Amino acid sequence: MNTQLRPESGENTRLRLVDCDIHPAQRTAGALYPYLERRWVDHLESFGTHIRQALVGQLAYPRMSDGGMRVDAKPEDGPAGSSLELMREQHLDPLGIEIGHLIALGRGGMEERNPELSAAMARAVNDWQLAEWLEPEPRLRGGIVVPQDVPEKAVAEIERHADDPRFVQVIMSTRPNETIGARKYWPIYRAAEAAGLPVGLHPAGYSSGKPSTGGGWPSFYFQEHYTFVPGSQALVTSLVIEGVLEAFPRLKVAIIEGGFSWAPALGWRMDRHFDTFRKEVPHLKMKPSEYMKRHFWWATQPMEEPKNGRHVEEVIDWIGWDRILYSSDYPHWDYDNPNFIFKFPLDPERRAAVFGGNARALYGHA
Amino acid sequence: MTRHVVAEASDFADREIRRVEAGGKAIALVRVDGAFFALLDRCPHGGAALSGGRLAHQVESSGPGDYRICRRDEMLRCPWHGWEYDLKTGQSWSDPKSTRTRAFAAENVAGDELVKGPYVAETIPVTVEGDYVVVELP
Amino acid sequence: MTDAPFRIDCDFHLPQAAVTELLPYLDEYWTRQITDRAMHRMPFRLSSYPPNAPLTRNPAYDDLTVSGALDRFDLSLAVASMLHGVVALHNPDMRAALLRAVNDHLAAVWLEAEPRLRGAILVSGEDPAAAVEEIERLAGDRRFVQVTLLAMQEVPHGARFHWPVYEAAARHGLAVAFHAGSLYRLPPAVSGWPSYQFEDYVLQSSGFENILVGLLGEGVFHKFPSLRVVFQESGFSWLPTTLWRIDKTWRGVRQEVPWLDRPPSQIMDGRVFFGLQPVDAPGPAALEQVLRHIGGTGMLLFSTDFPHRQFDGDPVPEGFPDDARPGLFAGNALRAYPRLATDPAVPERLRTEEEPA
Repeated sequence: MNTQLRPESGENTRLRLVDCDIHPAQRTAGALYPYLERRWVDHLESFGTHIRQALVGQLAYPRMSDGGMRVDAKPEDGPAGSSLELMREQHLDPLGIEIGHLIALGRGGMEERNPELSAAMARAVNDWQLAEWLEPEPRLRGGIVVPQDVPEKAVAEIERHADDPRFVQVIMSTRPNETIGARKYWPIYRAAEAAGLPVGLHPAGYSSGKPSTGGGWPSFYFQEHYTFVPGSQALVTSLVIEGVLEAFPRLKVAIIEGGFSWAPALGWRMDRHFDTFRKEVPHLKMKPSEYMKRHFWWATQPMEEPKNGRHVEEVIDWIGWDRILYSSDYPHWDYDNPNFIFKFPLDPERRAAVFGGNARALYGHA
Repeated sequence: MTRHVVAEASDFADREIRRVEAGGKAIALVRVDGAFFALLDRCPHGGAALSGGRLAHQVESSGPGDYRICRRDEMLRCPWHGWEYDLKTGQSWSDPKSTRTRAFAAENVAGDELVKGPYVAETIPVTVEGDYVVVELP
Repeated sequence: MTDAPFRIDCDFHLPQAAVTELLPYLDEYWTRQITDRAMHRMPFRLSSYPPNAPLTRNPAYDDLTVSGALDRFDLSLAVASMLHGVVALHNPDMRAALLRAVNDHLAAVWLEAEPRLRGAILVSGEDPAAAVEEIERLAGDRRFVQVTLLAMQEVPHGARFHWPVYEAAARHGLAVAFHAGSLYRLPPAVSGWPSYQFEDYVLQSSGFENILVGLLGEGVFHKFPSLRVVFQESGFSWLPTTLWRIDKTWRGVRQEVPWLDRPPSQIMDGRVFFGLQPVDAPGPAALEQVLRHIGGTGMLLFSTDFPHRQFDGDPVPEGFPDDARPGLFAGNALRAYPRLATDPAVPERLRTEEEPA
């Protein structure tokens, strides 16, 4: 049986839900223009963006429905996720969400290759979050989108918002130019750590010029959808083995929509082969799994659905019940309703932790 | 069984999907080629209101690269995860064992045979001329 | 000896032949090319397995011959491959000629000398026509039981590009094995090129995840129902997530891949097998959990990955269920390798055993 939280009875409110993955969408292609200098508006009107993929403004793996959105989430005047009103009506209000974290994917500068444009767009998308989402809706929190391949600009962008409590984390592309643990990006980790902001890593569908698998480009969306899992494993592997977490011992990282059920297996694998490779990585002072347990938090969506729901419980036992963050992925098609995601009973303590307490502790929410 | 009036047939377009309430339950009411189907309006998998979904077909295949549409508009596709439910049986095609929406009998009957449900009580004047769409609830 | 369990090692490596050892199997043109271009002095070692790296070279095996290793692990049969760097060449004709030489060398030097060895035909994943030709050339030799491809190459293994190879392999009853290792044409994962070999090696298993999803999604098993696939040095602790995900995602996207007429985890059942080593799960409790999450041990094939360093002592990890050992040692391999199922060296009693439930 599903563990029912009975939103009708107000129990969600008692749970004080925090949703760690909500996607706001830009209503039109020009939605960021008010937040960009004239120069960049002209540039975008003329050249458009320059991201490493074949198609302009669309994905080469078309989703199964409405651009990968819930088909019931499209407002009349724009794409799903572009209406705060509908987001409230459909998601924040009925579920009783107290705090929702925005992850602004798409047209935000993370993927842009032109360095100055990348920095300008990141600035713009953060100002857009502030003006159009965080100001009018106090339940929402922003994520500072950074142009990670221009690290000095990324650091400046972090510092620009570091004192604004409405921004709760730093969002980097999961397909940066170099592997995410590369030293090029360490100034970003240093700035995030100094600001006390976790880094949120959320895979996205744009290509970045590197295939979505280590063995080439898949054919079907069925395969492409899966690539978020190995892609996220690579993020964790990179941050651990490249030494980021040794260099920045207070850095916190949230893996969002990358899955969590593979965490034990990856920790086991890294530990298992650590002995063999130890002399190559003397900068690692602990077992890789110890870095994982010290530094990572994991968002739930898309929830795994083994035939025996208890298998998920065993996985979380390894990760730690204080490290799991409820996330809905609103308004995307593989949205998770908190009332339905656990197919086994959760005791009240764990429910409170997963559905809000852990996020409050990680992000410092009241 | 209690019978509830939930809609007026003449007011219901072909291939329309409508959320209605009866006996305290939300129901996704669907009309396809003159026949009505009603499903409890909550996807048993993830909790979506199925009435926000779309009519769907099935695709058959003899192997990679072969695609044949069949059972046109016989399924209701959940607006979230895309699971498909057979309008007639509520059967989830994709996971026959573990997921089945509750399918209610829906039929057209003459107005004077009805036990009036909330729909009638609240918004439809009682008349005997029209043919009402009725659902039966346990 | 007759009381010892029949043990088949499904991932056993032969010492890499020097290019000079390949010369007897090359024609005059390629022989001249080799010498004129000084290729006989080139090591042709794959970067995935640097010769003196701790992964590649286990000092415990330094004095062990191939036959000595077979004795040491009580192996009745071993599926032996030679992961040779010539597979990384770009010139398709040079690559094909040298691969033919590698395979001929394997047959002439190793299969002739050691009756417990069964061979793997090494082919390039970049040139299916050449791979098919090589399979056809060698398929008459029943001692070859497997076709081997590297895991990390340029075109995904499930793609139609490779299907002629699968057709030929399935028709001849040869299992297709993907072995860890990369051509270094593409970064091992979407986040980019790692700085360390350790990271590269860890990510090999996620490459296998994508291979498995690709074989299923592309419909390889519908196209070639008798095809048997073996993942070598892939690990298997990662499988639970993959099995859960492919079934869940399929429910939402099956209109795109309608040849998947059952949950994909059922389609791979009995068709995809995994070498035992490396066992990444630490200790009996974790192993028990993984085996429970993947539904048993029917997919696992005993392997030592000799001479790579994967374990000290017993290759079967502590906590591996006793009643699953016959399947691990031989029964599963007979389902994975059609040719082993009819191999005269395999005792009759093993061939008639029931599949595990």
